[in-house]
Amino acid sequence: MNRFAELLDRLVLTPSRNGKLTLLTDYFRAVEDPDRGLALAAITGDLHIAAVKPAMLRMLATERMDPVLFGYSYDYVGDLAETVSLVWPQTPGNIANREPTLGEVVAKLQAASRSDGPKVLAGLLDSAGISARFAIIKLVTGGLRIGMSARLAKQALADFGKVDVAEIEELWHGLTPPYTALFAWLEGKAEKPRNTALALFRPVMLSNPVGDGDLEKLDPADYAAEWKWDGIRVQAVAEGGIRRLYSRTGDDVSGAFPDLADAMHFSATLDGELLVGDPREATGTFSDLQQRLNRKTVTLKMQQQYPAFMRCYDLLQVGGEDLRALPFRERRGRLEAFVGTLDPSRFDLSPFVDFTDWQTLEELRRVPPHPIIEGVMLKRWDSAYVAGRPKGPWFKWKRDPHTVDAVLMYAQRGHGKRSSFYSDYTFGVWTGAEGEEELVPVGKAYFGFTDEELKQIDKYVRDNTIERFGPVRSVRADRDNGLVLEVAFEGLNRSTRHKSGVAMRFPRISRLRWDKPANEADRIETLQALLDR
Amino acid sequence: MTYNRLPAAELYPILGIMRASDLLHPRPEGLYCPPGDFFIDPVRPVDRALITHGHSDHARSGHRSVLATRQTLDIMGLRYGENFAGTTQAAQLGETIALNGISVSFHPAGHVLGSAQISVEHQGARIVASGDYKRQRDATCAPFEPIPCDVFITEATFGLPVFRHPPDTEEIARLLKSAAQFPERSHLVGAYALGKAQRVMRLLRDAGYDRPLYIHGALAKLSEYYQSQGIDLGTLEPATVESGGKDDFTGAIVVGPPSAFADRWARRFPDPISCFASGWMRIRQRAKQGGVELPLIISDHADWDELTATIKETGAEEIWVTHGREEALVRWCELEGIAARPLHLVGYEDEGD
Repeated sequence: MNRFAELLDRLVLTPSRNGKLTLLTDYFRAVEDPDRGLALAAITGDLHIAAVKPAMLRMLATERMDPVLFGYSYDYVGDLAETVSLVWPQTPGNIANREPTLGEVVAKLQAASRSDGPKVLAGLLDSAGISARFAIIKLVTGGLRIGMSARLAKQALADFGKVDVAEIEELWHGLTPPYTALFAWLEGKAEKPRNTALALFRPVMLSNPVGDGDLEKLDPADYAAEWKWDGIRVQAVAEGGIRRLYSRTGDDVSGAFPDLADAMHFSATLDGELLVGDPREATGTFSDLQQRLNRKTVTLKMQQQYPAFMRCYDLLQVGGEDLRALPFRERRGRLEAFVGTLDPSRFDLSPFVDFTDWQTLEELRRVPPHPIIEGVMLKRWDSAYVAGRPKGPWFKWKRDPHTVDAVLMYAQRGHGKRSSFYSDYTFGVWTGAEGEEELVPVGKAYFGFTDEELKQIDKYVRDNTIERFGPVRSVRADRDNGLVLEVAFEGLNRSTRHKSGVAMRFPRISRLRWDKPANEADRIETLQALLDR
Repeated sequence: MTYNRLPAAELYPILGIMRASDLLHPRPEGLYCPPGDFFIDPVRPVDRALITHGHSDHARSGHRSVLATRQTLDIMGLRYGENFAGTTQAAQLGETIALNGISVSFHPAGHVLGSAQISVEHQGARIVASGDYKRQRDATCAPFEPIPCDVFITEATFGLPVFRHPPDTEEIARLLKSAAQFPERSHLVGAYALGKAQRVMRLLRDAGYDRPLYIHGALAKLSEYYQSQGIDLGTLEPATVESGGKDDFTGAIVVGPPSAFADRWARRFPDPISCFASGWMRIRQRAKQGGVELPLIISDHADWDELTATIKETGAEEIWVTHGREEALVRWCELEGIAARPLHLVGYEDEGD
């Protein structure tokens, strides 16, 4: 249990992706089955343990200590799980010679009934040290919140076994904790597990951005072009009565889109873009789509207001026949015939963009016919469907980003390599009537600049600090003083959580405008106009 | 405050013919003994000061005369220059010194090198001022000795039940494990310049780490002094750019004052992992806010269990609680049936942690 507890503690404080991967692969190497598999399941959210409510946890603690002292402690720490793990009375007699393993803890918690759950939990806390107590409480209160996605955990498995992450993703949905067969294969001790489960995820094919000079080397006749829709990538798989919708990384998102899943009367695997609206009439905006994202369940009203549909662009498998090795041209022909048989309110075909030369396509890309188009996709007519991001067969050619001139308002110290630099910037634009202008924050960015520029901004922040709050400095920014940053971003959403009413998608610093006076930075109306488009 | 307000006669039990508060009580300058005419750890310049240990919030310069252990006097000399006081007198541990008819003695506090508790005795009544102390073993200073007394003045820096320090050897093992896991990076250990830094270095040596340790300039004089007192810290190298380029710090463990790591100074190290050795690191949010990646819970102050055990061990009938979280410790004493009150001394921070 201690090794798992230590892993959680380190993951939550380690900001870098590579650091997290090292910690997790080292853990997989050092820890035996079934503990490592259970830890993996806890991280990916696949470990099911009946939850204990916070009030119950608090009661267990105050039954064992003075409630006033507990109150002082909780006030100071602010986090219930952490407070209980720290104050839990520890008498020398009740510590076992050996702390329980993760496997033993999980087995006891899963075997506990609703009524004896608290008692089982208390017994486990009695037998564990502080770190282990915290980990146990996190397991029963749900949500580890360690900043580690399921995707990153799968990457760690791939690193551990030196295999492609696509192989892990393809296997994943047929496996269950503690993944003993998976680890055996990754350690070279057994054959790759065979997946017999139905409606599995097929790792998706990804594209590369069009770089400078890429197109000159390519023959337009070799490529088909489609609009790039700004929805979310989705894979619809139906097989033997099982229907699943998977995200790009193989997460099962079926629960959030029952309306679409209900319309999957077929036996096939479709690749496409999930959007909202009615494809025969209108495609909803990304803001509309957002209403449906990141939900475990969805109300009927929501389904009616923002119906989900799929704009299909590939067919990977149909009726047990794997089409992935066929050239795109052939798959597309099969796809067209297939989509014609589906419910037209839920499925349509991603249309081609007609072009004969790159110049024509460039002009079409600049002025797309619909606001939710974010560029064009190029696909080689003869390309097979392969997992990952091979260079050459598929390209994405995005619309140019939006930019806005904003004023630096706050700077926060970075982590790791950047811990001595003010490298995370909050910037704002002007609002208010003439003569009473003030800055309102519109976003935060921490990349897009060079190392040399980082040094310059860092110096500027240190020289122009007006207030400090822990790792954050407030920087002088008024009509006469301030550093103007040109910020590039992909899109804008309405936001009720931000004072400005807008939230940027994918903001980054594109240029430092040392030359531009602060009072010439943009106003909030410039951004609002983008929203209304 | 939730502790009982006892009538004055009960709150200050009669000790001989004298009340405890007549022997020692707080004044703006610090804890004052009227019959002995001296202060303990005064925060402003006074005629006669008795100093528990060398941390700057306890040991200030500019007193007319200072009585402290030899090591505390040496440390004050290193920090403030030789003329930090008019006259100085070294107190031997355990030896009784008479000051205007008051018997004073110094006893090890286990906090940092030279640290002492000060016992003040008059007409058979004894008050012990702990200064700062801890009970965990520390190879860089003499261990705390419990002194039976009537009134025990305890610090309360970590006076909340949430503060429970793990064994320091476990913390150092985590540091060494991380250094092995990330050999391409450097580990920057923030530790206060007096006491904690040297203890961390010594713990690394005791754990078998024999590569040179790189230290920030602020640690140099004090670390050298510790070495001169027979505390072996192994090979220490200055963490200066002159001693090498970025690559030379690959895999290195660097020790420096915590403030230095947020500073431009830290840029000379390759992709550093910031570590902080402090009792405050027990609270995750503290580590997170400070951008600490590897918190090391190593403290030179007593944790909750040590505080409560020590209070019982002294057998004191009355506890005065000072600098820190007084309310929780007063509450605990109340539950245990021990008279207790906060002393409300001003001017002490937690420099030592």
